[in-house]
Amino acid sequence: MDILDLTIVQLREMLRKKEITSVELTEYYLNRIKKYDGEVLSYLRTTEDYAMEMARSADERIGRGEDTPLLGIPLGMKDILCTKGVETTCGSNILKGFVPPYDATVIRKLKEAGFVHLGRLNMDEFAMGSSTENSAFQTTRNPWDTTRIPGGSSGGSAAAVASGLCTSALGTDTGGSIRQPAGLCGVIGMKPTYGRVSRYGLVAFASSLDQIGPFSRNVSDCATMLGVIAGYDPMDSTSIPEPVPDYQSFLGRDIKGLRVGIPAEYSVEGMEADVKKTYEDNLQILKDQGATLVDVSLPHTQYAVATYYIICTAEASSNLARYDGVKYGLRENGKDIIDMYKKTRFKGFGKEVKRRIILGTYVLSSGYYDAYYRKAGKVRTLIRRDFDAAFTSCDLIVTPVSPTTAFKVGERVADPLTMYLSDIFTIPVNLAGLPGISIPGGFDAKGLPIGLQIIGRPLDEGRMLQAAHVFEAVKKAETVPGRLRV
Amino acid sequence: MKITRETVEYVAHLGRLDLDPREIDEYTGQIDSILQYMDSLNALDTQGVEPTSHAVPVGCVMREDVVRESFTAEESTGNAPERIDTFFKVPPIIEVE
Repeated sequence: MDILDLTIVQLREMLRKKEITSVELTEYYLNRIKKYDGEVLSYLRTTEDYAMEMARSADERIGRGEDTPLLGIPLGMKDILCTKGVETTCGSNILKGFVPPYDATVIRKLKEAGFVHLGRLNMDEFAMGSSTENSAFQTTRNPWDTTRIPGGSSGGSAAAVASGLCTSALGTDTGGSIRQPAGLCGVIGMKPTYGRVSRYGLVAFASSLDQIGPFSRNVSDCATMLGVIAGYDPMDSTSIPEPVPDYQSFLGRDIKGLRVGIPAEYSVEGMEADVKKTYEDNLQILKDQGATLVDVSLPHTQYAVATYYIICTAEASSNLARYDGVKYGLRENGKDIIDMYKKTRFKGFGKEVKRRIILGTYVLSSGYYDAYYRKAGKVRTLIRRDFDAAFTSCDLIVTPVSPTTAFKVGERVADPLTMYLSDIFTIPVNLAGLPGISIPGGFDAKGLPIGLQIIGRPLDEGRMLQAAHVFEAVKKAETVPGRLRV
Repeated sequence: MKITRETVEYVAHLGRLDLDPREIDEYTGQIDSILQYMDSLNALDTQGVEPTSHAVPVGCVMREDVVRESFTAEESTGNAPERIDTFFKVPPIIEVE
């Protein structure tokens, strides 16, 4: 038996029966981090003392007979989720040393569920990027080939889960930042429906698109994590006031008669042959399990990336106005207050963040607002309608996650547009506010993971998990590279 | 060209960003090609289409106006790079004769 292969439900059972303690489990992961994270670089900082304190407290609660879904389970956190008393940098020099005085709602919920906080996971600065190369501190490596990127922006979360350096992790997804790295690292990553999970305490990038979600090595853990973090929150007025179903109850059901939509427009130029082949094999698995494949059309797909980069940069330029050297983080002195703002932001922000602030400011500026921002809002409506129409003839839509497998570190740094285009299959889902999950679909000839994306109707995460669970049982894809198991 | 060096400098000023000359050159070229790519949206007729600002329809959310516990002044100013007691300290905003 390998701890890395157990689900949270199984680990909870062992903890309850005192076959293992949370302190032992936490030490197990902290030791693995010491042993393996030197090459993967997924954690920015571990919080050992904090973790051991939480583990001891979990063991006491277990001793008193308490039973909550994550009691004693060690998790990793993307460094974008405000955690009281724990430095939260968002991968940026401008927030270096920032210690939030409060917990994000998801952190509060995880604490109530009894989790252990192992540390802070690397990310592209302010979640802007597809490779973690925009982190101000380090570039995380893909555990399947450390000369390659893990994807981004939640690359640290994906790499840590794939390397067995935590049980599960949280990340955030604005245009694919959970699903793309999950796909490139061969683990499970879910972006829930917009509004399913409270964004309170998530450092904002593009507020109409951002959503928090879990990374895990099995579908059951994804269901457990989602069940804990989902739900309405008065602190986030965009969170949806609907009850949270028991996601575990969807697992183990078959998918006979399920209608799976295959969008014609997702066969794009530049898609690698192995990715295409794996996608076709994956569809056959779903068919063999009783699903019916249905052709659907999402005709505005080709406009999604342009639409997304107008909307997300506009929202980012507004959200990032708060980093001014006054309230928190870095300050560079200037001759007056405007000069101080400019110098602080020059020094504190990295290249990609500045590029997006300039783009976003431009598309919102007088004379260009209608041509760019308003136009993009209208195209966003058309993209949403595409999905509405497609879902009249199918229950789920299944696509590849990325057109290629993980690329080499440095390969796309100088070419932002090519980097942006790597999110072509994930971006439309954010624009439409839909839930999407990336699950391991197989490997290419180089041994690099290929992800399969399942997209659902709003709040239909249960059905997505049901299909993912059926697929997982047949596919049995390896989620941790063998060399990281010794 | 969609955009000039001067435009990038002006927009950076609006966004309160200093840039060094090398960055301005680099961004001018990159942003120009990104904007040209964004212009592909012009191929679409969107007349009469209402823009979407949020994927989920959000109305105005109200709550009772009751006194609740909130952050203390110490907590709120605790991360400030410069402060005096619980006040944020900033460079002069109004010039004094």
